[in-house]
Amino acid sequence: MAEAGHSPAEYVTHHLRHWSSGHDSAFISLTDWHLDTLLISTLLGLVFLTLFRIAAVRATAGVPGKLQNFVEVLIEFVDNSVRDSFHGSRAFVAPLALTIFVWVFLWNAMDLLPVDLVPKLWAAGHAAAGEDPAHAYIRVVPSADMSATFALSLSVFFLIFFYSFKSKGFGGYAKEFLTHPFGPWLMPFNLILNIVETLARPLSLALRLFGNLYAGELIFILIALLPWWAQVVPGLGWAIFHILVITLQAFIFMTLTIVYLSMANEHH
Amino acid sequence: MQASIPSIVGQMIVFGLFVWFTMKFVWPPITKALEERRSRIADGLAAAEKGSRALQDASLKSEEALKAARVQAQEILANANKQASQIVEQAKGTAQVEAERIVAKAHEDVQREVAHARDELRKQVGELAVAGAAKILKREIDAKAHADVLNELAAKI
Repeated sequence: MAEAGHSPAEYVTHHLRHWSSGHDSAFISLTDWHLDTLLISTLLGLVFLTLFRIAAVRATAGVPGKLQNFVEVLIEFVDNSVRDSFHGSRAFVAPLALTIFVWVFLWNAMDLLPVDLVPKLWAAGHAAAGEDPAHAYIRVVPSADMSATFALSLSVFFLIFFYSFKSKGFGGYAKEFLTHPFGPWLMPFNLILNIVETLARPLSLALRLFGNLYAGELIFILIALLPWWAQVVPGLGWAIFHILVITLQAFIFMTLTIVYLSMANEHH
Repeated sequence: MQASIPSIVGQMIVFGLFVWFTMKFVWPPITKALEERRSRIADGLAAAEKGSRALQDASLKSEEALKAARVQAQEILANANKQASQIVEQAKGTAQVEAERIVAKAHEDVQREVAHARDELRKQVGELAVAGAAKILKREIDAKAHADVLNELAAKI
């Protein structure tokens, strides 16, 4: 809820500002680190790895425990998804897909925390440290930060090149880039089309996830601006809907990664 | 809203480390456990299949053995019956012979008894005749002197 003395616009912009290492206001910053995104996403990743590592250490071929069951379900689900479309060694692609799915899911799940919870604690922490709580900024949903989603999608982008070169060789990839899909006589069009297609993949991958979660977060912030008695119904509805969205977006990101890599890995 | 290049690069490095960790330390042990369990279950199913087949074999074999035993029992019973009737026949034969022997001996005894009785009777009749004659003659007869005559008389009766 908007605090006294804050206009709704101020409240929203305060919530949408990163805990940053500098004060660069450019749309694409070359110098500032988004410390909140880095910190929270790394912490979530460590939670994921710790949990799964415990399950891996305790894994037995006998009767599995509850944690092992849970982890096995996820791993079989991811492994089946990869097996369905990726024809090649899954030793790297399947763990990659698992990491993406669980990590992105955890990022997205941060959206279900009350929007004011962490910022309030953060401000209180700043006040306790003798700093100005009004300038304590933090954003807890890493996937609502383009930096995080682009980091993933650019990694996938480079992996697409890696698998393309590995399966077709540099010459083969260049030939395909120039002659598909219209044949060698329409080389310029092929080139334009392929450049657009290649660039569209990481862009759409990153922006789809970012857009969904940014919008979700924004709506939660707007709901938080309502008077308290009017928040319950929209807040509950949006949160329930978001349970679907956060899972779906993680799944889409993983599936598209697998599809792109399997396309890169296949000969035409 | 801002995209930060240093954040992107840093995030990519973190992502790379996470993927590496998953690939090295999370994925292989769990998939190995899954694979092991799968093969263990397959083995168990195969063993169960084998066991049920063995059971079927065994029950078939036991049925056959039962049938053979029944046939054998029948045979033994028939043999025993035959033997028993043989024994009975034999016993009957022996009994017949024995009976005939007993009957013959009885006949002989009876004959002997009859002969004996007849002798006895003859003697008594002789004595009676002597006594009667003595009474009739009213005179004493020397039994000793006339024993030869009396014996001759007794033999004639």
